[in-house]
Amino acid sequence: MNSQSLGSGHEGSLRDQIGAYFQRLRTGEMGALPAVVALVLLAVLFSALSPYFLTKLNFANLFVQAAELATLAIALVFVLLLAEIDLSAGVTAGVGMAIFTILNQKLGLDPFISIVAGLAFGALVGSTLGFFVAKIGVPSFVVSLGFFLAFQGLQLIMLGDGGIFRVDVPFIKSLMNDNLPGWAGWAFLGIMLAVSAFLSLWDRARRRNAGLVNRPISLMFIKLATIAVLGGIAIGILNENRSVSIIDISGVPIVVPVVIGILFVGTFVLDRTKFGRHLYAVGGNPEAARRSGIKVAKVRITAFIVCSTLAVFSGLLHASRIGSVESTAGRTIVLSGVAAAVVGGVSLFGGRGRLVHAVIGALVIAIIDNGLGLIGLPAGINFLVTGGVLTAAATVDALSRKRSSGSIVRT
Amino acid sequence: MAEPLIRLQQVTKSFGPVDVLKGVDFEAYAGKVTALVGDNGAGKSTLIKGLSGVQPYDGGVVSFEGREVHLTNPRQASSLGIEVVYQDLALCENLDIVQNMFLGREELKQGTLDEAAMEFSAIKALQSLSVRTVKSVRQKVSSLSGGQRQTVAIGRTVLRNAKLVILDEPTAALGVAQTEQVLNLVRRLADNGLGVIIISHNLADVFQVCDYISVLYLGNMVARLETVKTTRDEVVAYITGTKVLEGVNE
Ligand SMILES: Nc1ncnc2c1ncn2[C@@H]1O[C@H](COP(=O)(O)OP(=O)(O)O)[C@@H](O)[C@H]1O
Ligand SMILES: [Mg+2]
Repeated sequence: MNSQSLGSGHEGSLRDQIGAYFQRLRTGEMGALPAVVALVLLAVLFSALSPYFLTKLNFANLFVQAAELATLAIALVFVLLLAEIDLSAGVTAGVGMAIFTILNQKLGLDPFISIVAGLAFGALVGSTLGFFVAKIGVPSFVVSLGFFLAFQGLQLIMLGDGGIFRVDVPFIKSLMNDNLPGWAGWAFLGIMLAVSAFLSLWDRARRRNAGLVNRPISLMFIKLATIAVLGGIAIGILNENRSVSIIDISGVPIVVPVVIGILFVGTFVLDRTKFGRHLYAVGGNPEAARRSGIKVAKVRITAFIVCSTLAVFSGLLHASRIGSVESTAGRTIVLSGVAAAVVGGVSLFGGRGRLVHAVIGALVIAIIDNGLGLIGLPAGINFLVTGGVLTAAATVDALSRKRSSGSIVRT
Repeated sequence: MAEPLIRLQQVTKSFGPVDVLKGVDFEAYAGKVTALVGDNGAGKSTLIKGLSGVQPYDGGVVSFEGREVHLTNPRQASSLGIEVVYQDLALCENLDIVQNMFLGREELKQGTLDEAAMEFSAIKALQSLSVRTVKSVRQKVSSLSGGQRQTVAIGRTVLRNAKLVILDEPTAALGVAQTEQVLNLVRRLADNGLGVIIISHNLADVFQVCDYISVLYLGNMVARLETVKTTRDEVVAYITGTKVLEGVNE
């Protein structure tokens, strides 16, 4: 321990920084690492078990399959960070899409306005849930379970029993079914690198101006190089023709930059705004947050609004993928969304987790889904495995929480 | 003697028929540590809650820096420069030291959190207290010991430009070494010119770090002693009520 100066963890060489990273891992702050390892292992496993897994077509399918789950999981992180839950997120999306369909198809409104109405419904649901939780004190598990049941009824009433409505709006269909031109994929990678570099340099400049030490700049280059290499490989593969017929299919699915965009904006809000900081604070210790003058109820309600609104957007992705809006949409996906977040490393106890964890977790769940499907195991097995993975992840969460609070007494 | 930083004259507080503070006089000085001692139920917490604005007094006069003030809510007390470190500290374990020190008062630049400025100020505040037990201000509070957490909570009051810091049982949950650290910190606060009030049951701590000792007994201030001119036995006698100040009505 250095007795001379107070550090901030930014000091030292690249070697020290890497050492500090492993130190954090040892104290139980593993973040997304277990999920990344699981992702790699699953990919290896399914590649060995099915000749179809490691094909270009399936690679692209994986992204598309994960997209709506990732969006829903991102939505749920906002309430999970408060140690709350929204079991109604899936059916809220269902009702939001029912509103969209009725406005757009039955009343002939502009599709864009109809989507906004669906999203506005999400915001309304979120503020209602938030009101019950934050102002009245009903456990979110119970309120959202109530909404979960009620909205299934609402879907049936709005769309009719067994009602299915085709979605024919081109720009909605293309979200999940069309691809970027090859150059646009590369341009998107360029933008990601530029934004990432800009944020790093911005932070470094701020620290320098405040007279603080910066981490070695090589860390920034390592990070950028990682994005460039992984992104480059993915785009390279996606930009090749993956069609099994004579029609050429190539390019990055449009939904990929959309989800990454949501991830980026959400992460920016959580990491760099007052609201984000307060969200983590309320999730970590509501009483401490309250005494610090944070308006706890407002933070909670806002989180539920973000969750439900984003959930409706994930519903739009779902409708885009399957090409229709159904009266039964969204019933089962919410638990997969929670599973994705928790598998990715978001704590159910609140205050710990990042949006990127939800995305990685969604990829894990999507790979399990996809791989088991390719092997040809019955659907029942899929539920068993996903349920098992969720339980395992929640156990790891509980144990790592114990571990980090068990290490309090350390002088 | 200089003018007191805070002076209470004949403050009273009742809960229904129960008179908890029965006309208490109390003062604390800038640059000095004043202990507030007394048996359980004597009214220490009630006295402190009045000062922090959490639970206003019913009657009496409160003067801060020579001017009469009415402490009616915590925000107002805080804006005067009165900060309380509660026994449970109220820290968020999932946040780091800087984030905790600035909780609810985050600094912004271009609409986003100005982490660099906050980190700089946090380091300066901790350095002003000669904190040596913390390695990195970006450590999560969950990884800190009890004494280090106290340090963060006390550092936070410095950041808020406190003039009067009130500590409720700061060493109650700590071991020997950590108690020592925290007492040093308390001393340093006073040496930096702040007024410090410390509630404690531990007379060893009190004699080590305090300049004055005020003793509450059943809602009456029965003694105000200079530490160097009193003894443990005398303080104990006041606390237990075997010695009563003349002129105080029971
Ligand atoms: N909110 C309250 N309502 C009723 N009685 C109270 C309340 N707060 C404190 N008291 C009473 O006031 C007396 C003094 O309490 P307190 O100030 O907590 O003493 P201390 O902190 O010295 O142990 C006790 O008898 C306690 O029961
Ligand atoms: Mg008390």
